Amino acid sequence: MKALDWCFKKSIWVYHVNAGACNGCDIEILNALTPYYDVERFGIRLVHTPRHADALLVTGPVTRQVRDRLLRLYEATPQPKLVIGVGSCPTGGGIWHNTYATLGGLGKVLPVDLYIPGCPPRPEAILYGVAQALGLVPQQVAPQEYAEVT
Amino acid sequence: MNPSDVPLAIFYTLVFPGLLFTGVVGLALTWIHRKITAIVQSRIGPPWFQPYADIGKLLGKKMVIPRDAPVIGFLGAPLLAITGATLTAVIVFRSLLQPSAGFVGDLIVLFYLSALPAIALMIGGAASRSPFGAIGASREMSMVLAYEAGFLLAVITVMIHTQSVRLADVHAFQAANGSIAGSPSGLLAMIVFVLCMQAKLGFIPFDISEADTELIGGPLAEYSGTGLALFKLARSMLFLVLPTLCVLLFLGPVRATALSVVGFLPKLLAVLAALILIKATHARLRLDQALRLFWGRIALAGLVAAGLALLGL
Repeated sequence: MKALDWCFKKSIWVYHVNAGACNGCDIEILNALTPYYDVERFGIRLVHTPRHADALLVTGPVTRQVRDRLLRLYEATPQPKLVIGVGSCPTGGGIWHNTYATLGGLGKVLPVDLYIPGCPPRPEAILYGVAQALGLVPQQVAPQEYAEVT
Repeated sequence: MNPSDVPLAIFYTLVFPGLLFTGVVGLALTWIHRKITAIVQSRIGPPWFQPYADIGKLLGKKMVIPRDAPVIGFLGAPLLAITGATLTAVIVFRSLLQPSAGFVGDLIVLFYLSALPAIALMIGGAASRSPFGAIGASREMSMVLAYEAGFLLAVITVMIHTQSVRLADVHAFQAANGSIAGSPSGLLAMIVFVLCMQAKLGFIPFDISEADTELIGGPLAEYSGTGLALFKLARSMLFLVLPTLCVLLFLGPVRATALSVVGFLPKLLAVLAALILIKATHARLRLDQALRLFWGRIALAGLVAAGLALLGL
């Protein structure tokens, strides 16, 4: 349905999930919600329950403890939904990519639609990322794989 | 009622001035409200189509029914809310367009019908099997008991003035004697009415049952998709209908002519502006503060207004 797709793109309600982040990305997300950036212009709103959410904004490298909660949150969110990883940690684990306490990245737990790298990403980058997830602006960076030298 | 009136009644209820008309205009007013809030907070605010996009998106989403939730209560509550809002809209707008129409006691019927969305919120919250829903429902119940007292006293003041329980007689009275808000008791009753309307619409400072930041939406916490859309739509419809009722009851005569529409709109916008500015400039009250306010000062003001009206002021 074209009209429903249009409505979805114009009205994204995000739910903010901290999956073991250091709080840096969370503060940048809150910055993006301040009057200075005013995400309500784009129809984006922060909601407080996953039942109302269209997109999960996940920060942090996903610790072992939080994995089950994250999966339950994902299931509690009604379809259609987006998963957006904010920061270096959900993108590839960040500096915790190989520690015992984390799973090293959001992609190992949930199907991720979009990563917004940065430690932390600027509020502009978060807005750009969400706009990119909605197909409003072009992609700027491509993923690259690196192997660790042992 | 004749059988031949049935199609007309269905048209009244579903298209104009019922569900469709009130829904579309109510959502437009919701945009105005969000835009003004944004301007007060030095933001740009959402584009004009935002409320329509929100409702459209919610209608397109899957509706999750919580495990073990009573399905009839959970699914029936949004329908009850939208039914109450629609019926209120039909009676109020019919009276606006045809001031002589109406039936004996329609003011009393309006009073009960406009309480239906709040009752639906309680049923939905209690049926959602969520602690947030249960707390929200119990808070809503306390609030309804408190603000309906003030609301009823304000309406009773109007009834004492007009010596009638018909909306048509309110029109006739105001056409003959000037607006009810022109008298001291009428003005006091209107202030009480506006404050109770703020609580009826679930606006800050009285959004205690929903309280996004502490109860994550309260009764609405478990609603998604269509159910949430219906609750939001019912809220938007009441946002149009209750201020219209306020103008009809207190702010002067309304006649079914083109000129009176011109006179009616500024009054409606003034009431809406009062509601929106109270909402945009206040913080949420605690439940006990709000109950003390409604059972104390506002109920007292309502009693004084009714008393003054009895003395003929």
